[in-house]
Amino acid sequence: MDLNYLTAHDIKDKIKKKEISCREVTESVFSRIEEVDVSINAYIRLEKDSALKSADRIDKKISKGEDTCDFTGIPVGIKDNICTRDITTTCASKILNNYIPIYDAGVIKRLKSQDYILTGKLNMDEFAMGSSNENSFFGPVSNPWDTERVPGGSSGGPAASVAAGEAICSLGSDTGGSIRQPASLCGVVGFKPTYGLVSRYGLVAFASSLDQIGPFARDMEDCAALLNVICGHDSHDSTSLDAEVPDFKSFLKDEIKGMRIGVPSQLMLEGIDPEVRGAVNSALKMAEDMGAKVEEISIPNLEYALNVYYIIAPSEASSNLSRFDGVRYGFRDSDADTLRNMYKKTRARGFGDEVKRRIMIGTYCLSAGYYDAYYEKALKVRTLIIQDFNDAFSKYDVLISPTSPTTAFKKGEKTDDPLSMYMSDICTIPVNLAGLPAVSIPAGLSNDGLPIGLQVMGNVLREDNVIRAAYALEKAIGFKGIPKI
Amino acid sequence: MRISSDDAKHVAKLAELDFSEDEIKKITLQLDKILEHVARISAVDTEGVKNTSHVMDIKNVFRDDTPADTLSQEDALKNAPLEQDDGFRVPRID
Repeated sequence: MDLNYLTAHDIKDKIKKKEISCREVTESVFSRIEEVDVSINAYIRLEKDSALKSADRIDKKISKGEDTCDFTGIPVGIKDNICTRDITTTCASKILNNYIPIYDAGVIKRLKSQDYILTGKLNMDEFAMGSSNENSFFGPVSNPWDTERVPGGSSGGPAASVAAGEAICSLGSDTGGSIRQPASLCGVVGFKPTYGLVSRYGLVAFASSLDQIGPFARDMEDCAALLNVICGHDSHDSTSLDAEVPDFKSFLKDEIKGMRIGVPSQLMLEGIDPEVRGAVNSALKMAEDMGAKVEEISIPNLEYALNVYYIIAPSEASSNLSRFDGVRYGFRDSDADTLRNMYKKTRARGFGDEVKRRIMIGTYCLSAGYYDAYYEKALKVRTLIIQDFNDAFSKYDVLISPTSPTTAFKKGEKTDDPLSMYMSDICTIPVNLAGLPAVSIPAGLSNDGLPIGLQVMGNVLREDNVIRAAYALEKAIGFKGIPKI
Repeated sequence: MRISSDDAKHVAKLAELDFSEDEIKKITLQLDKILEHVARISAVDTEGVKNTSHVMDIKNVFRDDTPADTLSQEDALKNAPLEQDDGFRVPRID
């Protein structure tokens, strides 16, 4: 097998046994990027020279017998809304096209402390707004399984790069499904941790009460190892949880006997593609065979999750994105003669259509006369959704559903109809509203040869249950798919 | 219609966004459709239900008031589109 398709834990073992070097792994990843990224477009920026230099330095360090960590010398790609010092961080937007952060995000500091290798900055929907990665200033990303199709979004680059062997692992961000939905469509593992477990310091804010950084990997073991690196308190983020972080790898036990699994009926409705439902049902059967107790449950207010989300997320975004005004950083329309005109023209020319649409929705929902009916009402229904989840988790250890209602759709299929695009996140959004941890793992391939994803959700800070169930199902499903690109 | 093109123009002004007449027409229709959809929540009984603006019970986070490293002026101005006399330069304020 090619080195670029090994998992991080395999690479670590092979480096330890001196079978391979960091340089060989890194070269293999970059030669794959050179081979396929013309058609995938997963990367906005590559860091090849510094990556190879780091690899040589790390190889020397290893040859001297120095200690290594799980991600020492592992090539990892980073979504381009996570700040990397001295390396452009564009959010795939024209308005930040030339922005060079003067500091590292919390997660980057943590990865650097393990001596990871940065492959480059990964493509995404502009400001993480989208479900198909078609809203990027740097062009759309293609799905490695079928380049006519979307990789999902907004973390299309992080998902596609891991699926296509252009990175060993990657980091993305998830506000309403932006890690799990693309992971599902690209046939990889994508994990959204409990809100507050990963520092948001240096993550360019979209909707602050929902945003969370998380890992993409090719298996649960790498996923748990990367969680170990990125989780933990950060005084630079006032919403960062001061909770003890467990060793997530200790939950990788192929044992779910007696586990109580709930299947929310609201997420298995007619909008779900029958093939997707079939794959989820057969995984549930495997869980039963392994001794888990599987029951259908009703979570009534899930019906309103999408509505609540498309009020709260744009409202928070309209406030967060007010900082992009051409004064301190990024693009500025230099023709404007007055300050107000400069703001307006900079924002009109700097933001893409979807971002402007969401700023408009959010501004409307927060404006005088509409605040109570939209924003405040949404905050109350959000409480009801959280209460429903609390009830569900008093009876079940995890909940399981499809990740996405369909497999990867064709490019251009939904771009003219924002509402139908928003529906792609119907199964992933509820988790963000309640701050829960959830993972998407591959559940098989459709008849068309496209990946199907399954979502495991857990209660707040119950990553242990999520990882245990996902790991057991991963073993039972035995997905070994690699796209033919 | 929940929203008119005049409403959309007003919101655009609040959001400091510039749209052409054609763009306003298009975005008014899209906003109307989206608002129609999200307004479904008006049917939910929320009598006596508290707001959740944040999933965690967030309180103010304090630290000791001790000096620590801070940004240099040079770093803070590094990404400035235009600077003058150690500050951000902007067009005249109207």
